[in-house]
Amino acid sequence: MAKPNKDTLLDWYRQMVLIRRFEERCAELYQEGLIGGFLHLYIGQEATGVGAVAALRPDDHVITAYRDHGIALARGMDVNRVMAEMLGKRTGVSGGKGGSMHLADRALNMWGGYGIVGGHLPLAAGIALKIQYMGEDSVVLALMGDGATNIGYFHEALNLSAVWKLPVVWLIENNQYGMGTAVERASGAKELVRRALAYSSEDGSGMKMGPRIDGMDVLAVYEAVSEAVEYARHNGPILLESLTYRLEGHSMGDPQRYRTKEEVEAYVKGGPIERFRNYLTETYTGIVKTLDRIDAEVLQTIDEAVAFARNSEDPTYEDLISHVYVD
Amino acid sequence: MADRPITYREALSAALREEMQRDERVFIMGEEVGVWGGTYAVTRGFLDEFGAKRVRDTPISEMVIVGAAVGAAMAGLRPVAELMTINFAFVAMDAIVNHMAKVRYMFNGQFTVPMVVRTTTGGGKQLGATHSHAPEVVFAHFPGYYVAVPGTAYDAKGMLKAAIRDDNPVLFVEHSTMLQRRSPVPDDPDFVLPIGKSDIKRQGRDVTIVTYQKGLEYSLIAAEELAKEGIEAEIIDLRWLRPLDLEPVFESFKKTNRCVVVEESLPMFNVGAEVAAQIQQECFDWMDAPVKRVAAMDIPLPYAREIEQMALPSPEKIIRAVKEVV
Repeated sequence: MAKPNKDTLLDWYRQMVLIRRFEERCAELYQEGLIGGFLHLYIGQEATGVGAVAALRPDDHVITAYRDHGIALARGMDVNRVMAEMLGKRTGVSGGKGGSMHLADRALNMWGGYGIVGGHLPLAAGIALKIQYMGEDSVVLALMGDGATNIGYFHEALNLSAVWKLPVVWLIENNQYGMGTAVERASGAKELVRRALAYSSEDGSGMKMGPRIDGMDVLAVYEAVSEAVEYARHNGPILLESLTYRLEGHSMGDPQRYRTKEEVEAYVKGGPIERFRNYLTETYTGIVKTLDRIDAEVLQTIDEAVAFARNSEDPTYEDLISHVYVD
Repeated sequence: MADRPITYREALSAALREEMQRDERVFIMGEEVGVWGGTYAVTRGFLDEFGAKRVRDTPISEMVIVGAAVGAAMAGLRPVAELMTINFAFVAMDAIVNHMAKVRYMFNGQFTVPMVVRTTTGGGKQLGATHSHAPEVVFAHFPGYYVAVPGTAYDAKGMLKAAIRDDNPVLFVEHSTMLQRRSPVPDDPDFVLPIGKSDIKRQGRDVTIVTYQKGLEYSLIAAEELAKEGIEAEIIDLRWLRPLDLEPVFESFKKTNRCVVVEESLPMFNVGAEVAAQIQQECFDWMDAPVKRVAAMDIPLPYAREIEQMALPSPEKIIRAVKEVV
């Protein structure tokens, strides 16, 4: 694992702030009616997405669920085109046909966000099968929410990955609630990573049970996922759990009757960006100015992205009917 | 090269073997495809010939059989995933309908999904209600993939090879009671039939029968009986439910002015409903009688042979239907 230097840390900081500001702007644009459909914000989970994706090589692969904006941006997808997708423009990463939940960039090995809970987990296994079949040494990072651990896809995909020793890092982003249902009300195993035991044998073969990570600490996430990636590259599948928290509702218009304001407030105080900023200012003297400059640059990036998206063309009838089949 | 008569089963095996020999990226995955040799013996000997990398037994996990094939296809392989029977395809419905069918469209053409899901359909084998469906029409409802329903050995081979070579996903539905049917099939490894072309299986002037698979077999029997009474049926085998090729049907109908649709599906929202709707759109001025439909009865199939057969289409039911329109 490469120890991140100061420039790398600053880049992670920039990514985390970018995601936060991007999401805040999306919420505004949703209120304005410029973004439609479902909108699942990544606010609160930035450390998990940025730390996990940072552990990958460019030739590694990433796939995720519908709360995908943060992963898309962390993987380096073009902010303008991601914002254009939010606004349903033909310059969007999915041509305006995918929307918030379906961001993909084939060139970056970002295989997309998927709207059906758990539906992408078999796809991750399939991508990993191709890697193994062709004798390549890349890995697939498959992120999922805590809720996905309760659907049949999870069992089938994780079991198959263990049987076939596929190079997959399965990463549960445990943000404590599947919509409004708390983990302990939905899962027999409160520590979700223990699900790995169901696909592992006494002799150590099968799925490896990885750690439960402090998902609000980008450094901890990076270290744990880096180790998991190296394990998967040489040995086969591993399951990890990142303990994080969604500071906003499940999607827009969530009245949040399932949790208290006090609970949310406590997490806001220990939020991932605040924590990382504190770490940076304590570690590097005189860095505050740099951080402030990054904050300002990010705001400008977001403004430019919104302008790009607003000024982009709507999709056409040709777009509507294209790509149903290969012609 | 001369065509020689082989069975529907042998035709499927030959198609798979030839395509696996032709393209290293083609591989098979599914329940009992390897050590067992395929539940219907289509892949017997394949494990020895191609090895465990390319002939992959899976757990009983239909969702991941289809879903992993989708991922592998997106990444550049050409999987042939086998679902033992179409009854189990319901378990994989989301993987088929929401993923196999949509990843290309949803991500604006960034991904291609060159894969085949092979499965078997059909009732009439006393397997009881859950194992006796012919629900391919349900799967034909959705855009984003093709649905093949071959009814002869010749078609089975040419269509399966076409399905494997095509860059679109294909649900390839084989009929479980037709595996022993024999017909002449070319040996030529480049014998490939076009996708989405129906085929006139019998010429006639008095009535157009539109059908596929089991319906085709029964319609051919019925047509011989009807011919004895001077009624000549033209039989059109759809071969594909998607793309659905009805041009030959309209052409035939403009000659016969009568149509009977025969299928093993349930009677509501089925192939007959679609064909009848399109005929009245395209051929209204040529209609001499309402389009008649022969399908299974609107009930789950029972076990007992006597009443199971009662619920399914038969040559007799087809003859009766034809006589009502001519």
